[in-house]
Amino acid sequence: MSALSFDNVTVRLGGRDVLKAASFDVEHGEFVGMLGANGAGKTTLMRAALGLAPVASGEIRALGRRATRGNSQIGYMPQNRGAIAGLRLRGWDVVASAAIGARFGFARLDRAMRREIDWALDEVGALDLAQRGIGELSGGERQRVLLSQALIGKPRLIMLDEPLISLDPAHQRNVVEIARRICDDLKVAILFSAHELNPLVNAIDRVLYLGGGEAVIGAVDEVVNAPVLSRLYGAPIEVVHIGDRYYVMAGDVDVEHDAHRHDHHAHDAHA
Amino acid sequence: MTPIATIITPTTPMLEYDFMRTAFMASGIAALLAGTVGFFLVMRGQTFAGHALSHVGFTGATGAILFGLAPLAGLVGFTFVAGIGMGLFGEKLAERDVAIGMMLSLALGLGLLFLHFYTAAATQAAALLFGNVLGVDQAALLTLAVLAVASFVALGIIIRPLIFASLESELAEARGVPVRFVSTAFLAIVAIAVAECAQIVGVLLVFTLMVGPAAAAQNLSRGLMAGVALAAALALAEAWGGLTLAYYSDWPTSFWITALSGLVYLASLGVRFRAR
Repeated sequence: MSALSFDNVTVRLGGRDVLKAASFDVEHGEFVGMLGANGAGKTTLMRAALGLAPVASGEIRALGRRATRGNSQIGYMPQNRGAIAGLRLRGWDVVASAAIGARFGFARLDRAMRREIDWALDEVGALDLAQRGIGELSGGERQRVLLSQALIGKPRLIMLDEPLISLDPAHQRNVVEIARRICDDLKVAILFSAHELNPLVNAIDRVLYLGGGEAVIGAVDEVVNAPVLSRLYGAPIEVVHIGDRYYVMAGDVDVEHDAHRHDHHAHDAHA
Repeated sequence: MTPIATIITPTTPMLEYDFMRTAFMASGIAALLAGTVGFFLVMRGQTFAGHALSHVGFTGATGAILFGLAPLAGLVGFTFVAGIGMGLFGEKLAERDVAIGMMLSLALGLGLLFLHFYTAAATQAAALLFGNVLGVDQAALLTLAVLAVASFVALGIIIRPLIFASLESELAEARGVPVRFVSTAFLAIVAIAVAECAQIVGVLLVFTLMVGPAAAAQNLSRGLMAGVALAAALALAEAWGGLTLAYYSDWPTSFWITALSGLVYLASLGVRFRAR
C-alpha cells in the first residue's frame, strides 16, 4: 500500500483534461517534489487527492482509502492567497481555529489540543512567531506558522501547494529544510509542489513531473532530462546540469524560471 | 423622533421612565448581537453584504406598513430571505459586488414606491431610515429578545467552522467543512442582526453598530474570542452611551451612536498604529 496512488486518473476541468490517465505512486515516508509548468495540474492533482476535484475516470487512493473529503490523515497547505495577511489576529489563534474548525457546536480547545498546537508550531520553529499577529509577520514567517497546520492530527501524508511562492532564497531554503526534517522525524510522506527544481533538488527523494496531462515520477536524473521533459512539454527541451543545479531550457529560455516570473510578476521583487 | 424634552425634565433619572427602560433593553440586545455578528462580518470582508441587507430590510418594512402589518415583521422576513439568497448565490466576491449593489438600489427603490402609496409616509420613513429606539414597544422588545437568543444559539453551533472557513476556506473545504452551508447560515444570522439594528439606528446606519465596534475590536485585540467579546462590549457601550447622551441633550439617539462609533473606531486606529 502506498501513501498516495493514482491509477489511470483523468481529471477534466472546464472541458480540458488536466490529468490524462495519470498513474504514479508516492511511497510511505518519502519526500516527493512536484514540478510542472503553470496549468500542468499541480494544484488540481492535490485537490483530486483530497476529494475536491472531480475524477472523470480511474482511481485515487490515499493511505489505502479511496480519496474523499475530510480525510484527517492528510495534512494540506493550500497555496497562500494572502486573505489572512491583513489580519491582526494572533498566529496561534489561526492555527487553533483550523485545528478545531471542523466541529459544529461551541467546541472548546482542550488541553491536549493546545499541547498539539504548541507541538506543531515548535516542530516548524514558529512557536514564538505565533504569538504575533498573522498580518505582522513576513511572508516566510507566516508560511512557517501556516505550515504547522499540516502537522495537526498526526497525518501520514502531507501535501504542500507551492509553499515557496514569493519567498526569498533564504526563506525558501528554510521551508525546504523544515519539510525534510518533518518527513524524517515523523515518517510521513510529503508531496511538495514548486515552480523550480533547484531549491528542492538536494532535499527530495524523487520528483513527480507533470506536463501534457501526463505524470512521471522517478529519481531526479531519470525524469529531469531532455527526452522525458520534451515529451511532457510537447516541445524540444534541453536540460543543462551544472553542479547540483538544473536549468530546463526551451530554445534559449529558462522554462522554470520564466514560468515563475510570468505567474507572479506582481510580487517578484526577489526574483 | 420623540422630542424627549417636551415631556420630561432632564433632572429626572432617565430609568424612571418605562420607555427609556425599554429603549435601553432593546438597544442593549441589538448591540450585543450586532457587535458579535459584526466581528465575523468584518473578518470575512462581507460588510457590503450587511449594508445591502439593511436596504432590503427597508423594502420589507415599507411593504409591511403598506399591507397593514408590523414593520418589524417585514424587516426580519425580507432580510432573512435575502441573506439566505445571498449565501446560496456563491463565493465569487468580485462578481458579487455588482450583484449586491444592484440588489441594494433595487430594494431601496421599491421601498420608496411602497412609501409613495402609503400616505402618512414621512414620519415612518424617517423612523425606518434613521431608527426610532424610543418607539420600541413591549411586543417588539420581546421579538428582539427571542430573535437574538435564536441567533446566538445558531452562531454558537456554526462558530468553529465559520471561523475556519473565514480564515482559510480552501483548507476548511479539504477538512470536510461544508463551506457553502456555513456561509449561508451565517448570512441568515447577519440578516437577523441587521433587522435588529435597523430597529435601533435605522437601515441607513446599520453599519454604525455592526461594523464600527467590530472593526475597532480587530484593531485593538489580537485574540479571537477576546476580540468578539470586545466588539460586543463596544457596541453595547456605544448604544447605551448614545441613548444617555440623547436623553440629556435632546439630540437624536442615532446621531450620538454614530458619533461614538466613529470616535471609538478612530481611537482604535490610533492605538493600532502607535503599537507598530
